[in-house]
Amino acid sequence: MAEESYPEDLRYHREHDWVRVEDGEAVFGVTWYAQDNLGEVVYFDPPSPGAAVDADGTYGELESVKAVSDIYAPIGGEVVAVNDAVVERPELVNEDPYGEGWLIRVKISDPAELDALMQPAAYRDYLAGL
Amino acid sequence: MGAELQKTSLHQLHLASGARMGAFAGWDMPLSYAGTLAEHRAVRAHAGAFDVSHMGQIEIRGWDAAEFLQRMLTNDIARIVPGEGQYTLMLNTTGGVIDDLIAYDRGDDYLLVVNASNTGACLDWLTRHGPDGLAITDRSMETAMIALQGVDWKRLLSGVGASDRTLGLGYFHFAQDGLAGTSAMVARTGYTGEPGVELLVPWDEGPALWSALMALDDPPEPAGLVARDTLRLEMGYPLHGNDIGPDRTPLEAGLGWACDMDTEFTAVDVLRARREEGLAERLCAFVLTERGIPRRGQDVLVDGEVCGAVTSGSLSPTLDVGIGLAYVRTEVAEPGTEIAIDVRGSVKGAEIRHLPLVDTSPKKG
Repeated sequence: MAEESYPEDLRYHREHDWVRVEDGEAVFGVTWYAQDNLGEVVYFDPPSPGAAVDADGTYGELESVKAVSDIYAPIGGEVVAVNDAVVERPELVNEDPYGEGWLIRVKISDPAELDALMQPAAYRDYLAGL
Repeated sequence: MGAELQKTSLHQLHLASGARMGAFAGWDMPLSYAGTLAEHRAVRAHAGAFDVSHMGQIEIRGWDAAEFLQRMLTNDIARIVPGEGQYTLMLNTTGGVIDDLIAYDRGDDYLLVVNASNTGACLDWLTRHGPDGLAITDRSMETAMIALQGVDWKRLLSGVGASDRTLGLGYFHFAQDGLAGTSAMVARTGYTGEPGVELLVPWDEGPALWSALMALDDPPEPAGLVARDTLRLEMGYPLHGNDIGPDRTPLEAGLGWACDMDTEFTAVDVLRARREEGLAERLCAFVLTERGIPRRGQDVLVDGEVCGAVTSGSLSPTLDVGIGLAYVRTEVAEPGTEIAIDVRGSVKGAEIRHLPLVDTSPKKG
């Protein structure tokens, strides 16, 4: 399992999802807090490439042995890639939530939506209040 | 909320080892330690230890205890002798299951080990029906209980001082033995499908026994309630509250083998009639034939038509596929029948299978 961290280059959604902007596209995943809460991830049900995702909408599910957790899109866009490595080895979400455990890549529809998300410090404060 | 939960005598040890704790049947119990998958696999491969002190223990003492239990429990209690236990059921007047339990004949009395969530219901039912002079005593808060399960159980039990007689106990037999300075009732029972024992000791002696087991070379893996659930589900052992309960008879659950219809237990007439007229539904095990995890409450479909409902579902850590138990209409209950499960709107292919889903029989004997 990974150590708790909230990297500086990411923006955070209140449902414990992160987004990283790379080459004009957005990469989504779930935070250390989310995977720790869920426990060992054993199943990732991804969206199909080409599907539209809306900001604050669910785009897939992660499951542990005991629980199902919806995953939320921090911003809207069109799915351009799914991390098949996580479909095959869902435990990557626990081992490396911000790296190999990324979930989908999205073509951004409105970059202004990024402004509504939390910076790492704000997200840490938010977690402290839960 | 957390303040009202009961704690076992091992609670501090669980916290110290970093266990993930959670509420279960009014108790703050370890759900997992290193991780459910590792714990599950350790039990299947060598051995795991579970704190099951939340389970209830009810002592029945009196000259007419056997006669009373023959009426209160479905199995034939006359078939066991001192030193033996028996899987049996307590039914309500409509044939529904108040609890499934193990009755141990201790010679001077009987000990019933019941589900934590049903300790109160069992005590109420027994007390309400018990004849004057029969002593029915709740020993739950005086008894710590540790399940040691897996093929390495003999080496580990020997390591904490078990006698040869204890190590030679047959399945469902039990004996008193001094283990690691405790006074333990060692029963060759369990809920995992693996060979092993359940150890009942006085409440305050629980931590010493647990610590002694964990101090052995190549110790048992501490295992939580989530692994206990996946282990029992692979065997198709029903869980009361999920797969059996007060509104289902044991016959539909496939537990007719634990109901001796020649004895006069509560609602035996209901069961006899039900057997005569045939069962509309049966509890079946199934595996998903595609990726996904079935969950309790989801519909079972055959040719698009709802034919039943999932009562327990999870990932099988051994098979690495989704598995479950479901009540389905008798005509589709045959092993090999292709069914489907509606997993939150996504219809997943599945197949009815024989029990157990994982064969552990070569390890027994």
